[in-house]
Amino acid sequence: MFTILDLVQPDNLAEAYQILSDKRNNTILGGCAFLKMGKKRINTGIDLTKLKLNYIQEKDGFIEIGAMTSLRDIETHPLLTEHYNGVLPQSVRDIIGVQFRNGVTVGASVYSRYGFSDLITALLSLDTEVELFKAGRMPLADFLARPKEKDLLVRLWIKKTKRQASYLSFRNSASDYAVLNVAVSMLNNRWTIAVGARPSKASIAISASALLSLEGATSETIEEAAKRTSEELSFGTNTRGTATYRKALCRALVKRGIMEVLACKSN
Amino acid sequence: MQIELTINDKVVKWEVANDEFLADTLRSHGFLSVKKACDTSCCGLCTVWMDGKSMLSCSVLSLRAHSKKITTIEGLPKEAEEFAQILSAEGAEQCGFCSPGFIMSVLAMKNELVNPTEEEIIHYLTGNLCRCTGYMGQLRAIKIYLGVA
Ligand SMILES: Cc1cc2nc3c(=O)[nH]c(=O)nc-3n(C[C@H](O)[C@H](O)[C@H](O)COP(=O)(O)OP(=O)(O)OC[C@H]3O[C@@H](n4cnc5c(N)ncnc54)[C@H](O)[C@@H]3O)c2cc1C
Ligand code: FES
Ligand code: FES
Repeated sequence: MFTILDLVQPDNLAEAYQILSDKRNNTILGGCAFLKMGKKRINTGIDLTKLKLNYIQEKDGFIEIGAMTSLRDIETHPLLTEHYNGVLPQSVRDIIGVQFRNGVTVGASVYSRYGFSDLITALLSLDTEVELFKAGRMPLADFLARPKEKDLLVRLWIKKTKRQASYLSFRNSASDYAVLNVAVSMLNNRWTIAVGARPSKASIAISASALLSLEGATSETIEEAAKRTSEELSFGTNTRGTATYRKALCRALVKRGIMEVLACKSN
Repeated sequence: MQIELTINDKVVKWEVANDEFLADTLRSHGFLSVKKACDTSCCGLCTVWMDGKSMLSCSVLSLRAHSKKITTIEGLPKEAEEFAQILSAEGAEQCGFCSPGFIMSVLAMKNELVNPTEEEIIHYLTGNLCRCTGYMGQLRAIKIYLGVA
C-alpha cells in the first residue's frame, strides 16, 4: 500500500505543477485505484479537487475533457455517446464495474500510458490532443512517443467531427485486461487503425491506414489492411496471450472493425 | 486532516489520515456493513454511495468524502430489507458476505436505469463478485424487484 506524508489541494495549476516538480516523490492523486496497487512512498500527494477539472464540454469545435473526469462520465455523457458512434463509451464499458469507473480518472489513465489501456486506443483513433501543463498541447500520438517526463495532464481535446469509429477488445474473461484491443475510424475516406494491449502501448498502423485511405475499402483491401496491421506492428507475450495469438487476433479484430465502420448508419 | 461529511443523513466531523481509505474510516466508525475482501478494486464488496453514485470505498481516499453525502446500507434499511427478502426467497444468498455491496449496487442501478434489459443488468453488476451463488438466483431476484421479470 502506498503512503502519503503530506497532502495539498492547490488552488491553481501553476501551484500544482510547482509542488509536483519540487520533489521526486511528490505525486498527483487521480482516483488512486492504480496508485493503491503499488507501494510508493509519496512525499506530498497533490489532490486536484479544487481545480474543477471534472467536466466534458464542447468548445471551439472540440470536445474538451478535464483530467479529473471519471471513466463512468466518459461512458454516459451524451456528447460522447452521440459522437464517433460512441467509440469512447464502448472502450471503457468493460473496465471492472460501474463503481470502479465512477472513481478512476481520464487524466491518470492517459498520462500513465498503460499498455493495456482501452481508452488510449480509442482516443488514438480520433483526432485527440493532450494538454500538459508544462509541455503544452500536442497530438496524443506525439505524447505517447515522447520520453516520460513529470508533468500534469490538464485536459484532452478531441476534434468534433463526423468521424465514424468502432472499438473492439478481446478479453479472456469479462472485466480482465484486454488481450488485445483495436479501434478503427474513418473521416472523409481517411482511415485510422489503432491497436493496443499488444501488450505494449497503443500504436497507429500507419501503412495499413494509408492503404485503406488511398485505395478505398473493398473486400481485398480490407483483408490486406488487416494483414498489414498484424505485420507492421509488434506483439509480445504475457500471461494473457502469446505474441502469435495476438497477431492472429489483430488480423481478425481489425477486419471486423473496418466492417463495423463501413456499416455505420450515416455512411 | 479533518473532514466533514454527511453519513446516512447525519453530519459528522472525522479525523482521517492522508492515506486512509474510506472503507477503513467507515468501519472504524461502526459502519460494519461495509466489507473488504480483495482490497484491489476487483470485487465490489466495499460498495457505498458518494453523492448517490456507487463507489469502491476500499479505493477512495477518505479525504475525498469531504463535503460529500456518503450512504451505506445502514442508511437504506427499508429498500435493503425489501430487496434482501426477495434475494433470500430466490435462494440467492449463501454466506451473504457479498450482499451489502451487491445490494448497494442494485439500488444504485434502480435509480439509474429505467426498465433495464437482462444484458444491461448483468453489465451494470459486473463489478460485484459472489463466490457462492453462481448469479442466477440473484438475476431472478433483481428482475422481480425491478418488475422486469
Ligand atoms: C484492478 C484494476 C484493473 C484495471 N483494468 C483496466 C482495464 O481493463 N482497462 C483499462 O484501460 N484500464 C484498467 N485499469 C486502469 C484504470 O482504468 C485507471 O486507468 C487507473 O486506475 C488509473 O486511474 P486512477 O484515477 O485510479 O489513477 P491514480 O492511481 O490516481 O494515478 C495513476 C498515476 O497517474 C498519475 N496521475 C493522476 N492524474 C494525473 C494527471 N492529471 N496528470 C499527470 N499524472 C497524473 C498519478 O500520479 C499516478 O502516477 C485497471 C486498474 C485497476 C486498479
Ligand atoms: S474490497 Fe473493494 S473492490 Fe474488493
Ligand atoms: S453469498 Fe457468499 S460471496 Fe456471495
